[in-house]
Amino acid sequence: MTEQSNTRIGRFGAFGGRYVPEALVAALEELDEHRLKAQQDPGFMGELQRLHRTYTGRPSIITEVPRFAEYCGGARVILKREDLNHTGSHKINNVLGQALLTKRMGKTRVIAETGAGQHGVATATAAALMGLDCVIYMGRVDTERQSLNVARMRLLGAKVVPVDHGSRTLKDAVNEAFRDWVANVATTHYVLGTVTGPYPFPEMVRNFHRIIGVEARQQMLDEIGRLPDAICACVGGGSNAMGIFHRFIDDADVRLIGLEGGGEGVESGRHASRFSGQATPGVLHGAYTYVLQDDEGQTIESHSVSAGLDYPSVGPEHAQLHDSGRAEYYPIKDDEAMEALRLLSQTEGILPAIESAHALAGAMRIGRELGPGGVVLVSLSGRGDKDVDAAARWFGLLDEDGGDPA
Amino acid sequence: MTRVSEVLRATKAEGRAALIGYLPVGFPSVGESIDAMTAMVEAGVDIVEIGMPYSDPLMDGPVIQTAATRALAAGVHIRDVFTAARAVTKAGAAAVIMTYWNPVLRYGVDRFAADLVDSGASGLITPDLVPDEAQDWIAASDKHDLDRIFLVAPSSTPDRLVSTTAATRGFVYAASLMGVTGARESVGEQAAILVERTRAVTGLPICVGLGVSTPEQAEQVASFADGVIVGSVLVRQLLDRTDPQDGLSRIRELAGALRRGMNR
Repeated sequence: MTEQSNTRIGRFGAFGGRYVPEALVAALEELDEHRLKAQQDPGFMGELQRLHRTYTGRPSIITEVPRFAEYCGGARVILKREDLNHTGSHKINNVLGQALLTKRMGKTRVIAETGAGQHGVATATAAALMGLDCVIYMGRVDTERQSLNVARMRLLGAKVVPVDHGSRTLKDAVNEAFRDWVANVATTHYVLGTVTGPYPFPEMVRNFHRIIGVEARQQMLDEIGRLPDAICACVGGGSNAMGIFHRFIDDADVRLIGLEGGGEGVESGRHASRFSGQATPGVLHGAYTYVLQDDEGQTIESHSVSAGLDYPSVGPEHAQLHDSGRAEYYPIKDDEAMEALRLLSQTEGILPAIESAHALAGAMRIGRELGPGGVVLVSLSGRGDKDVDAAARWFGLLDEDGGDPA
Repeated sequence: MTRVSEVLRATKAEGRAALIGYLPVGFPSVGESIDAMTAMVEAGVDIVEIGMPYSDPLMDGPVIQTAATRALAAGVHIRDVFTAARAVTKAGAAAVIMTYWNPVLRYGVDRFAADLVDSGASGLITPDLVPDEAQDWIAASDKHDLDRIFLVAPSSTPDRLVSTTAATRGFVYAASLMGVTGARESVGEQAAILVERTRAVTGLPICVGLGVSTPEQAEQVASFADGVIVGSVLVRQLLDRTDPQDGLSRIRELAGALRRGMNR
């Protein structure tokens, strides 16, 4: 459906495009040509499916969570368990696809940006699997709040480069990855980790994640006997959300709900909510989309307890879904998300990533709106192992002496 | 014809390449940056490329990133670009603005073009806007008779050299290498090859930028290009200066040396 409504190639309505230095255009065209051919190539698609099945562990299951649902107004809540994928999040779906494309293009090196570290870990994993050199750019602030993932990437053989410019978070890691790519594009593929950036990245990354929604839709029909009333997914750049939303876009009765990092509240100015009226359309990182920016077009730094949602811009297809009204977007504040994280852990024994906890907090709101009889599908995009330290600090679970509280 | 085109015609008639110097407005302060631009004009720079600092300069290396970050922290505004362009024009050189696209988009493309004309600047260099996405800018620059300086790169395909130069006015900015701004040990053969490939498809002047930092490199590039663009090493002088006077004398000395290199 979205394919037909594109007014120009590489656009989702007015959004998207390819705002990049000329030096990168040839590489983007090469990538587009290869990924379109690969999509039609049974050899390529077969290899990707084999990796999904034997390496990632797909299909990921769905889990109904009745004890958590008691806090969701009596609606039934079903989780799509991307947290059970190898490497702990949905990110592997896209990375395996792009790593296979890297080899197909004859390139030997991959680079990537990462915020929470999940995309970096996934990229480092795929690079190890396929024998590619790997460099990960990560904002200095994020290397500190996600230090466990830095160690994981290094264990996997990747080089992790902390970025000290600008806000020293995800957006600056993207800038640095682009700088590397311009200089090394002949041998290097930039494994962009979300559904933004210059064309063809938004469409290509969405297509690699579309399997989430394709599986989930069938699982809902087979196991629950109906489609959900609403789907909740967190939205940083928006890859897990586009992945689970896309197969449902034509199901007009299914509400698509994106949850953004509300930080300390939209009114505080310290947030990552692009769709709550403060962001305006502009260009960042190669795409025309909603951007948190000041009156002179300078990017405003975002804030979120979740490193993976701490990004001032959002994928252009989300911008279109927002403007068309097909999807709804709401901010979830840091403390709401952390409360949802605690709740799911203690009612169901599932520790979600802080990013995914925003989707759970969304389900708590929407469930109350729908009431008993409603069914909410939640994209549980990642597991919370990486967040144990941050959550322990948030809830004050660490004792000074390291002992168990009496 | 814009002033940039007049200057490039005049330098060609003199049998030499033009010297194009880049400095971002607002670093270390608006006043000091404009003084530095004026000083380099007095020392022999023919065209000043006035940079608009931007929060996410993904084509720039560490030196220009640092200057941009400091200029923004010090409160530089878009309007300062126009003030700088007036000063440069008054000092006798031609001015072009180098800016990432989002600030222009936010300001309003047509409004930006109108204020540009007013300031005496000749046009825009757009490092992250390729002609494919530039419909609004092409319309505004046609309407206001401004130069639109697009980039070509060693990776540009033959087709793109044709389409990009066809959309360009004023001069073609040839990126000497694959990479971001910043001084390099040497300016490779890639630059000469790219200029030759570009000449085959356009009659426009071709100016070479990225990596040029020494009089020797400027001399080398001047032997095959119509203009030599020098940026990071000039900005470096202002980063390393001990006080404003020191900054101006460093800029004068370097600009003079570059120009003498090209006169050889």
